[in-house]
Amino acid sequence: MSTVDWKNFEPVLIPDIKDLHKIDVYEKNGGYQALKSILTDKKKWADPKSVVNEVKEANIRGRGGAGFNAGLKWSFMPPADGGARYLACNGDESEPGTFKDRKIFEYNPHLFIEGALIAAYAMEITSIYVYIRGEYLPYIKMMEKAIEDAYDKGYIGKSIFGSSFNVDFYVHSGAGAYICGEETSMLESLEGKRGYPRVKPPFPAQKGLWGRPTTINNIETLSHVPAVINRGAQWFKNIGAPTHPGPILYGISGHVNKPGVYELPSGIPVIDLINEVAGGIRNGKKLKAVIPGGSSTPILRADQLEGITMDADSLRTVGSMLGTAGMVVMDEDTDMVDVLWRIAHFYHHESCGQCTPCREGTGWLEKVLLKIKNGEGEVRDLDLLLDVTTQMEGRTICALADAAAWPVRFTINRFRDEFEARCKKSVHALA
Amino acid sequence: MTYEFTTEDLKEIEKIKSRYPEVKPATLPVLWIAQNRFGHVDPDVQKLVAATLDLPEAHVHGVATFYTQYYKEKKGKYVLDVCTCLSCQLCGGYDMLHYLEEKLGIKTGETSNDGMFTLNQVECLGACGYAPMLQITNDKYVNNLTPEKIDKLVDSLKKGEEPSYEKMEMPLRKNN
Ligand SMILES: Cc1cc2nc3c(=O)[nH]c(=O)nc-3n(C[C@H](O)[C@H](O)[C@H](O)COP(=O)(O)O)c2cc1C
Ligand code: SF4
Ligand code: FES
Repeated sequence: MSTVDWKNFEPVLIPDIKDLHKIDVYEKNGGYQALKSILTDKKKWADPKSVVNEVKEANIRGRGGAGFNAGLKWSFMPPADGGARYLACNGDESEPGTFKDRKIFEYNPHLFIEGALIAAYAMEITSIYVYIRGEYLPYIKMMEKAIEDAYDKGYIGKSIFGSSFNVDFYVHSGAGAYICGEETSMLESLEGKRGYPRVKPPFPAQKGLWGRPTTINNIETLSHVPAVINRGAQWFKNIGAPTHPGPILYGISGHVNKPGVYELPSGIPVIDLINEVAGGIRNGKKLKAVIPGGSSTPILRADQLEGITMDADSLRTVGSMLGTAGMVVMDEDTDMVDVLWRIAHFYHHESCGQCTPCREGTGWLEKVLLKIKNGEGEVRDLDLLLDVTTQMEGRTICALADAAAWPVRFTINRFRDEFEARCKKSVHALA
Repeated sequence: MTYEFTTEDLKEIEKIKSRYPEVKPATLPVLWIAQNRFGHVDPDVQKLVAATLDLPEAHVHGVATFYTQYYKEKKGKYVLDVCTCLSCQLCGGYDMLHYLEEKLGIKTGETSNDGMFTLNQVECLGACGYAPMLQITNDKYVNNLTPEKIDKLVDSLKKGEEPSYEKMEMPLRKNN
């Protein structure tokens, strides 16, 4: 039973205001007031630490997939030593099923810019880079324009609001590589190299861009910050699911009548999101399965969804995760073998190849699944697949190997009959 | 072939360099400038980028080959990148790819004889709610593809007309 009142929710990230992407309109609607407050209201905001504490208290859980408390992450930055410090904003948005940050670039770029500026002040950061996937050319241009306008108005640059806070803000375009969404790969790409993830530790807070302290946050995560400053941590915590609070940009794709991006509170029942928000399954078909938050999050059968809500805790009870909240919906005609093969193909294609378990493992997963898909598989191949996944997990430099292993493990476990049927077919044909 | 940047390109490159504490980070943006100027970044263009930035050729080559959007050889006038990844697969991405193969008379990965079209299959482009979709030469997205929409698209591209930015509404908004 859900108590989340999503029907009366007023959007915060993407409010329905015409031309909000223009800086004048943003200002007229209270834009840049949170930045002004932290820089000028010393009674309310004694120092940068007070901003970190408020954001930590709000518990904005990272919207890039891992769900880590943003303020807590900010508190890991070492004390300022007068040298360069960086904020790297992650707009790589490449996990299949995820298409939400682009809405912020398009409809409310200044909200994101303001959030990043507040983060920079809180962590005494000297330069901000926003990394945007190269395919998002229109959004790269929109962001460049918005940043230019914010420079012109004095929100970025030197002595912002007459304070001693100076910061620069640049756009850096990717060029086609899913792995660059992984935070240390993104740093490599920003440094002008191939996007090979780095071994951790050292963590980016200690040694990030050019060996200097760096924090990485997702675009949506940072866009939540201005409202937390304006309305307080308590306001944010009162929205949605208590342990995973706040509004979320849900991206819904697949077999629904009204796919798209919807801003709603966390903790909305999965079934409501599909049936009431996204208009139900196309062509009057029945729901078969859901991938709740991007291709790496474990798939759920329709019969597992009763009472499940879109937040980390609820999804964990049925063995899945919120991820990026990019939900992929599948109807009763969906062939799970085809779907899983396509996911495996993606991760194999995108593995950077540094670690043997990932490079070889993703290749094996794809190859064996293709064999099964083509009707040439045997039931023991399913156990081989599961065995490969256990050899990949937790043994690599970055989490891509886990992201590749989970869908295979859970799709086979949750749709075992379907996989076996496809395998048996070939046995019969041979007999 | 030898390539050269224009004076404007060089000015732009100086601006790019000023955004970073060292020169290496300019590699990706300058490869973009080169590709926009010459249509690709083949080994000769990579050489030019390396010389302009005073970086080893091996470094520029390594970067150019790591990222899929850089064309390492000449492509058709229009490169059609059809997404067949998860959400697009569910919504008919492969049908669209095969329709284009038939229509253009080429296989995925090939360029048509008249040099007009290169057809590719690509991974998720972050437009999953508007599946199936394709991207034209690293630029415009064409969403919610149908055979009819593809017919129209190919016709207009043949005339040199490129579609404009297709704004995808957020369903709960009315005041766009
Ligand atoms: C393979 C891989 C791909 C990722 N892709 C993205 C991405 O496209 N966008 C993103 O924000 N985070 C992505 N992440 C997560 C980032 O590494 C990082 O956790 C996140 O950007 C931190 O921001 P947040 O704490 O605000 O969520 C990816 C992680 C992995 C392992
Ligand atoms: S896990 Fe895979 S993607 Fe990540 S560093 Fe290793 S090989 Fe590269
Ligand atoms: S799956 Fe095609 S755009 Fe995401």
